[in-house]
Amino acid sequence: MLQHLPVLPLLIPLLGGILLLLPPLADDRNRQRIMGTVLALLQLIVAVYLLWTVHQHGSRVYAMGDWQPPFGILLVADRLATLLLVLTAILLLCVQLFSSAGEDEKGKFFHPLLMFQTLGIQGAFLTGDLFNLFVFFEVLLIASYALLIHGGGAQKTLANVHYVSLNLAGSALFLFALGIMYGTFGTLNMADMQQKAAQIHSDDMRLASVGAMLLLVVFGLKSAMMPLHFWMPRAYAVAPAPVAALFAIMTKVGIYSLWRVHSGIFGDNAGELANIAQPWLWPLAWLTVVIGIIATLASQTLRELTANLVIISVGSLLLMVALNTPEATASGLYYLVHSTLATALMFLVAGLIVEQRGKAEDRFVQARPLAQPVLLGALFFMAALALIGMPPVSGFIGKALMLKAALAGNQAAWVWPPILLASLAALVMLSRSGGTLFWRARGDHPDDTRAHPAQLAAVILLAIIFPVMVVFAGWITDFAQLAAAEMQQGMVLNLPGGDDA
Amino acid sequence: MEFIFAVSVGVMTTAGIYLMLRAQTFPVILGLTLLSYAVNLFLFASGRLTVNGAAIVGHSEQLADPLPQALVLTAIVIGFAMTAFVLILAIRARSDLGNDQVDGRELPPERSALEEALANRVEKLSAVHKARNDKPARNKRKPS
Repeated sequence: MLQHLPVLPLLIPLLGGILLLLPPLADDRNRQRIMGTVLALLQLIVAVYLLWTVHQHGSRVYAMGDWQPPFGILLVADRLATLLLVLTAILLLCVQLFSSAGEDEKGKFFHPLLMFQTLGIQGAFLTGDLFNLFVFFEVLLIASYALLIHGGGAQKTLANVHYVSLNLAGSALFLFALGIMYGTFGTLNMADMQQKAAQIHSDDMRLASVGAMLLLVVFGLKSAMMPLHFWMPRAYAVAPAPVAALFAIMTKVGIYSLWRVHSGIFGDNAGELANIAQPWLWPLAWLTVVIGIIATLASQTLRELTANLVIISVGSLLLMVALNTPEATASGLYYLVHSTLATALMFLVAGLIVEQRGKAEDRFVQARPLAQPVLLGALFFMAALALIGMPPVSGFIGKALMLKAALAGNQAAWVWPPILLASLAALVMLSRSGGTLFWRARGDHPDDTRAHPAQLAAVILLAIIFPVMVVFAGWITDFAQLAAAEMQQGMVLNLPGGDDA
Repeated sequence: MEFIFAVSVGVMTTAGIYLMLRAQTFPVILGLTLLSYAVNLFLFASGRLTVNGAAIVGHSEQLADPLPQALVLTAIVIGFAMTAFVLILAIRARSDLGNDQVDGRELPPERSALEEALANRVEKLSAVHKARNDKPARNKRKPS
């Protein structure tokens, strides 16, 4: 059983999602909710156990069907992957709880879709094969297409048309890149590619670099990098609250792939192809933050504001990818975990605010007072502190680590201004929006909608994580440093004959 | 053979990209489909082109690389599912938004140069006409 541990994060959502579609569960929403929560808990337990095992005994490689590498398909559970698995599982649990309060009544297949979405995300984190990365991207995308349009409405349809068309074009580019990679490397196994990158024949060099740059475009599209981010604010702003919260990790899948491919395969040891994307990543990351700042200052609703803050966090992470030192990757990893949870929390809080403000929703206009101003205000304050990066919450540690990494990498002049200005923009906009949403109330007859206990449980669970991340910051940063070192050395090399599975 | 292969991939990609840049959903979907055909051909070529090569060892003198064939099959299946989804989505968008524009907004009807000139002329004439009609009316109003 234990040797099959790395495949469980894929099997649980896959089989669970199918179970949720079958008769005893399909027709009864309450049973679906309970089953979904149980599955989410199970995934969290498996992910934490896997993380602990990997931390104690080193990475685990699982060969699907016992086909030996480099020919078989591999799952690689190393520190980076398992940390992100835990993050996904936490997010899934909160989203599952939150949606059980009524969001899932707007469509029939919400819970199974959540499971399939998780399957895609976890698969993308676990896989050790570039083509499989594509397959899991498609799994998470097709689930997200359906989730984005959940509940219906013209706005969602419009955002979805753009999102789907862009991502289909992105998938086509991904396949072109994979064809080039296979044609030049003769393999799609990431560990194998990393070994072969330095020995590419000089005739194939140009072709391989085209492939690498195509992959940059693809991952840039997924992670909302500057010229490819236009789909993102609208899609995140119109998505239902729990879906937007789950989507908070989707841009991070793009960042993760950038790390794997451009810091791993085309990293320092790739000979002539070493760090091929870096000259592009610097200005693009920088511009992403700048665009994010401008868009943040122009936001009209809380959800739009949060979506634009996601762009800023993506830009900051891209800066860390461009910096490409072990410290930068480690601090980026800490910030990635933090910013995912912070944006998810803000999307959920925005969902609660929308429910209590009637027609004004979350627009920054005068409207009726909230029914639970103190509770929601406290949660909003927590999320805002986290997003701005103020002490005592973990955002401060994440940003401080990134600034320190930039200083150590002698790139402070490039990295400090965007990150600090982004914090200032977030501070200005979040205090302005908070003032409007909570204090500029008209009349004194709040709605009698109250937040559902399940919603509150989800939100509070997320909010508790930030102090926990501060208390265990030392442990997490140590872990992130190990993960970064491991990633830059390359995935565990699984020579033919060496069997861990 | 290589030349024809390369040209067909190139032509399909060009046509696909051109159609994807149109403003209506149906051409966009056609463009995506063409692009995915081009991708499938391209992937097929990534294992190098061979004639009369079997993918199984010992069945023919030349060997074809079996992996790209497996990749193409996967890509075809995924592309098929995605196309089905995007078609349904386009129909839904047509009914939700009331038009088939990608941006959801009806564009003003396009005019040819002749129509444009005619419209300008008509506008000018009607303005002159209006000014002529307005003058006596104003004069009449003055005394009262």
